[in-house]
Amino acid sequence: MAEAHSEDVTRRDFLYVASGGFVAVGAAFAAWPFIHQMNPAANVLAMSTTEVDLGPIETGQSIKVMWQGKPVFVRRRTPDEIKAAQSVTMADLKDPKSENANLKTAADASDANRVIKPEWLIVVGVCTHLGCVPLVNEGEYHGWFCPCHGSVYDTSGRIRKGPAPANLPVPPYKFESDTKILIG
Amino acid sequence: MINENTRNGGLTMRISGLKLAAVLLLAAGPVFAAEKPEPPKKQKWSFEEPLGTFDRAALQRGFQVYKEVCSSCHSLKFVTFGMLAEKGGPGFSEPEAKALAAGYKKEIPDETGQPKEVPRTLADTFPAPYPNEEAARASNGGALPPDLSLMPKARKEGPDYIFSLVSGFEDAPAGVTMRAGMHYNPYFPGHQIAMSPPLSQDRVTYADGTPATVPQMAHDVVTFLSWAAEPKMEERKHIGLNVMIYLVLLSILLYWTKRRVWRDVH
Amino acid sequence: MSGHSTYVPKSGFEKWLDTRLPIIRFADDTLMSFPTPKNLNYWWTFGGILSFMLATMIVTGIVLAMHYVASTELAFASVEHIMRDVNFGWLIRYIHANGASMFFLAVYIHIFRGLYYGSYKAPREILWILGCLIFLLMIATAFLGYTLPWGQMSFWGATVITNLFSAIPLVGKAIQTWLWGGFSVDQPTLNRFFSLHYLLPFVIAGVVVLHIWALHVPGNNNPLGINVKGPQDTVPFHPYYTSKDGFAIAVFLVVYMGFVFFQPEFFGNADNSIPANPMVTPEHIVPEWYLLPFYAILRSIPDKLMGVTAMFGAIALLFVLPWLDTSRVRSARFRPIYQIFFWLFVIAAVTLGWCGSQPPEGNALIISRIAAAWYFLHFLVIVPVVGLFETPRPLPDSISKPVLGGAAPAGAVHAPPKQ
Repeated sequence: MAEAHSEDVTRRDFLYVASGGFVAVGAAFAAWPFIHQMNPAANVLAMSTTEVDLGPIETGQSIKVMWQGKPVFVRRRTPDEIKAAQSVTMADLKDPKSENANLKTAADASDANRVIKPEWLIVVGVCTHLGCVPLVNEGEYHGWFCPCHGSVYDTSGRIRKGPAPANLPVPPYKFESDTKILIG
Repeated sequence: MINENTRNGGLTMRISGLKLAAVLLLAAGPVFAAEKPEPPKKQKWSFEEPLGTFDRAALQRGFQVYKEVCSSCHSLKFVTFGMLAEKGGPGFSEPEAKALAAGYKKEIPDETGQPKEVPRTLADTFPAPYPNEEAARASNGGALPPDLSLMPKARKEGPDYIFSLVSGFEDAPAGVTMRAGMHYNPYFPGHQIAMSPPLSQDRVTYADGTPATVPQMAHDVVTFLSWAAEPKMEERKHIGLNVMIYLVLLSILLYWTKRRVWRDVH
Repeated sequence: MSGHSTYVPKSGFEKWLDTRLPIIRFADDTLMSFPTPKNLNYWWTFGGILSFMLATMIVTGIVLAMHYVASTELAFASVEHIMRDVNFGWLIRYIHANGASMFFLAVYIHIFRGLYYGSYKAPREILWILGCLIFLLMIATAFLGYTLPWGQMSFWGATVITNLFSAIPLVGKAIQTWLWGGFSVDQPTLNRFFSLHYLLPFVIAGVVVLHIWALHVPGNNNPLGINVKGPQDTVPFHPYYTSKDGFAIAVFLVVYMGFVFFQPEFFGNADNSIPANPMVTPEHIVPEWYLLPFYAILRSIPDKLMGVTAMFGAIALLFVLPWLDTSRVRSARFRPIYQIFFWLFVIAAVTLGWCGSQPPEGNALIISRIAAAWYFLHFLVIVPVVGLFETPRPLPDSISKPVLGGAAPAGAVHAPPKQ
């Protein structure tokens, strides 16, 4: 058995470390496709928008559409509902963040930061507590009421009472015309 | 179907029956000739090189040929408009692909359940030329124009075969009687094909001004179809090069490691 | 050779774990300290390669199953979805499909290594039988898996093979209907084939565990075919054979990934890019290349039941090889006559493979009958007879002294030394 000179040891160790490292790097690159394949596939990403025709919706009416597999409320608010939403102070809110995907920077949850046109409120209809679909026009603030655990949202979709931690999120959307929006 | 009462499930019977038929027919005078197809003309395809890519201009011209010539009878059901804008493909931008898609309509139910027409989106495919197989056969003398999404993979030497087929129509030689509605093509098994020659000089007017000869159009549409059959080909070869380099280096490192470990034993 | 354990737990945690679940001891005994003959050549790396391939096929298979749909309406489209939409789906699919070919390439080399060096002989008969069982399970798994894309060859290959079962007297038709779940290969068949294709690799993994256990009782064979005499003949599995197997796997990967990235359709059949059509039979129904020799044997015999019997018999014969071989010498290195017949057998096997790819008529049929006859002749006549009459070359004393020492008297030919 050859003696292990200190020079030998470092040379041998270097080769082993280099090989081991090379294998590890290769394994990491090889692992990535297996992880990434579970991310949404190209056809799922392509289906990520929903068009909504606003024409048939009357004032005070709310419809539910499907976007990315989730319900989205499209609500045509009455002037009273708009006024109620606009007159809330930030201090009264459980979640002071706008939760609006259309805003580039962080903003507060004032009603102006929750809509593009005040008449139209568009929020994802998934309770931020545990995911149930809240009931529209119910609850103390005439916004939404979630029957699962009693969360109460106002006419801007903001959480006011109950266990939900956050305001109903506003999805990314834009007005393609006065009577058509594209969500997503 | 396989005949259970024969040996080997009837395969031998079917094959020897075919041979018998061929012998009889050749002897009697070729009416229904069971003719073997001509081997396809060998072409050079940029994408068949080990590190080859698709000729982007050819892809776009080929897409134009599919759109203006083939799509009236042949579906392309595995290719969406969005794929036209992906890397490694014909190179349309997303807005261009979107506009292309919007040029075609599809029907979805409106609020009362009645069909309404909306423009197609990036997620949609070309409209199928026929609503079902029966309609396709009725419009084509009983023959079914196959979907083209995988055609280069679905035939031996696919690209050469398709090139030869679409550009190789000839007049039937003397002594060959064509069945009604059939056209003579030496590259098709049996030499008689229901498809009429799809290409002729200047059948399309190329946007880039390339002269639209039959071989040119054939070459371009084969390039496009080869992309359609495997849109990920360029990505595959690009990653492949890196992987092979890595593996060769790894083999060298692991060989030295093995030699080092075994030094005292040797 | 399975001796006593040499593992000594070092850390406190190791000692604690060792008295509760000696899993580190087990790993050390099996994969690290295990005394392995020091003269193994590169033909012995294919066991490690096969383990790597089994893991690869299971991982890629499980991932594909996240996206595949086993419905006759959607199966073909779901595979295209994998190829076009799923992130890296094309890569995982090509690794899985080409992996099957590489898996069989490796297993054939592994089997032929066993045939050449007498690894099937006592006391490794059970090891060999377990290996044959793994091979049989691999064939079943590959057949089931090939059906799943629901292309023309998927459908018609399944039709041909399930039609064979009706050859069984009395119960054949009932078994066939039972396998189909209907009156032909259709949705019920596809669904159960998917379930079984997912199941069998885990059965294979279990048999592989038994296979390695059965190996570790007597220990590995070696190219000389003579027994290990003591520690001077062995080295610990780690780092000697872990490093050697690692290198071999890297080289194997060069070939494997060469196909995956640059010729992914090389082993494939164009007809399987056409969706299954029960109304139209492809001109030539052929299985994947690794099943061609058995396909050739099946079609070489004109009678349906005899053809089926011959095909399964060809595999069954492998199981009893330890009792067919009468030689008292293991390794063909010292068996000059057997060596010749070994290579003739290789030629017969490769020829059978070629025959399987041709229509069973004319010269191809004649050749396949000769080659099939030779296959059975090899196992049933040549192997028993050669063992009895061959004069083997003198065996070395031991692995550590591979050249005959001066102690052997010149010209002395005794009965072959005790193994």
